[in-house]
Amino acid sequence: MPRRRDEMVPEAEFRSYYGQPIVKKPIWHEPHMPTYLYLGGLSGAASVMAVAARLSGADRLARASQMIAFGGGAAGAGFLVAELGRPERFLNMLRVFKVTSPMSVGSWTLAAHGGLTSVGAASAVTGVLPVVGDAATLASGVTGALMATYTAVLLADTAVPAWHEAMRELPFLFAGSATASAGAMAMLTTPRRLAGPARAAAVTGAAVETAAGALMERRLGMLAEPYRTGRAGRLMRASRALTVGGGLLAAVAGRSRTLTALSAAAITAGALCTRFGVLEAGRVSAADPKYTVVPQRDRLTARLGGR
Amino acid sequence: MDETPTRRMGFFTDTSVCIGCKACEVACKEWNDVPDDGFVFRATSYDNTGALGADTWRHVAFIEQDGRWLMSSDVCKHCTNAACLDVCPTGALFRTEFDTVVVQSDICNGCGYCVPACPYGVIDRRERDGRAWKCTMCYDRLRGGLEPACAKACPTTSIQFGPLDELRERAQERVERLHAEGRTDARLYGESPDDGVGGTGAFFLLLDEPETYGLPPDPVVTTRDLGEMWRWAGVAAFGLAGAVAACFLRRS
Repeated sequence: MPRRRDEMVPEAEFRSYYGQPIVKKPIWHEPHMPTYLYLGGLSGAASVMAVAARLSGADRLARASQMIAFGGGAAGAGFLVAELGRPERFLNMLRVFKVTSPMSVGSWTLAAHGGLTSVGAASAVTGVLPVVGDAATLASGVTGALMATYTAVLLADTAVPAWHEAMRELPFLFAGSATASAGAMAMLTTPRRLAGPARAAAVTGAAVETAAGALMERRLGMLAEPYRTGRAGRLMRASRALTVGGGLLAAVAGRSRTLTALSAAAITAGALCTRFGVLEAGRVSAADPKYTVVPQRDRLTARLGGR
Repeated sequence: MDETPTRRMGFFTDTSVCIGCKACEVACKEWNDVPDDGFVFRATSYDNTGALGADTWRHVAFIEQDGRWLMSSDVCKHCTNAACLDVCPTGALFRTEFDTVVVQSDICNGCGYCVPACPYGVIDRRERDGRAWKCTMCYDRLRGGLEPACAKACPTTSIQFGPLDELRERAQERVERLHAEGRTDARLYGESPDDGVGGTGAFFLLLDEPETYGLPPDPVVTTRDLGEMWRWAGVAAFGLAGAVAACFLRRS
């Protein structure tokens, strides 16, 4: 039977149904979801920093980190609830615990983390039950490390090509970004001479975020395209410039209040750009059937040794 | 309900006999009271429905090719390993006694996670009421001993409903007959338990490559890699803790 193979094909190398998407775009809204991703990471890394500061006797820095962890977690949870189609049912998130659902694991982690950081912050402010407060803060170091990384699994555990295939690098991208964010906020809210470790965290985090982002784009092949083009591309480039600039500034930010503020602002803006950029790249990769069909065809061809 | 274990029920959609009448779309909407999905003139083909979504649980695709016209009624695949069900954080999505996958609308809180998780782009959130919706394989009708509305309404038996093992045998015979008649491009899609989703409860006989119908050529349930994802996240979490600790060690 004669047939033309290219009648509905936008590009020569793959076929589709009138160029329509195969997988659905993530419906998560801006600014809710990307802002939550930022705030959750900030809160998580700040908790880890609070523990390290507490254990090494940097009490002023510990106190600042605790407050950042509490504030970031509470604000983040608000954004997350507002994101739901039925916000009044947010407690259904704790109806079951499902290890197969990163969102279930994340909801329980956020609930525990929010509780622990609230107790820790309340005790630190009021001076009531200091032992309980310390214990809660120490425990929030564990939930905090999870908070800063689970969101990578949340995104990767989807059929969105640019997210799923980035499953190895996303946790490092987010962990680095979270560390930089927490360092930035902590150095901003701590006297300069006591903020050395926060500046070090900002530098380290910015370096890890930049390296993970570069590695991710290199390894993704054609799926790096959504991270490099259009709005997502602009966001990712802005993120890189701001993160690198902010990280470099953080290294010398001990010299002045202005440098500290500039560095913290750049790192924070960079971390936000990363989250908005990653979300947008995911949308783009889902909307174009090319990113679903071509990698799957390649996989089939490799498995079957050609059709 | 009776206590005898139920067999896995499914759909076999034989697109070689689909005439594109859309009776399945209409029957589905009527029985399930699915709201209007918009009257959009797409100007590409006779398909003005577009795609499966919260308000479209059966979707007839029309593909105009030289010398022939492909038509296919798409539906939720009711996967053996269903990503939507795996990732649902509330337990709103569940597996029924018929081995189908259904959303409990009184539990769904509209988190939307199932939407990008589905490798076929089936389930979607209805923005008017904030919850996720998709084909239930007419769960209520099955419980009442009836076949799903779409299969009942199909005038050409393109949509066949029954125990999945029987459907698989029937589909195998059908594809062999078509091959014998020289229609060598006939192939089954989703019938193999060895595919990336462990086989689908709703599978198809197609006359062209799956992507031509808007179906993914090699779908994989995303949660298959969940262990690997958590391992990398774990490494990153420990790395974060170590890096932060190092920042404070240098201080003392």
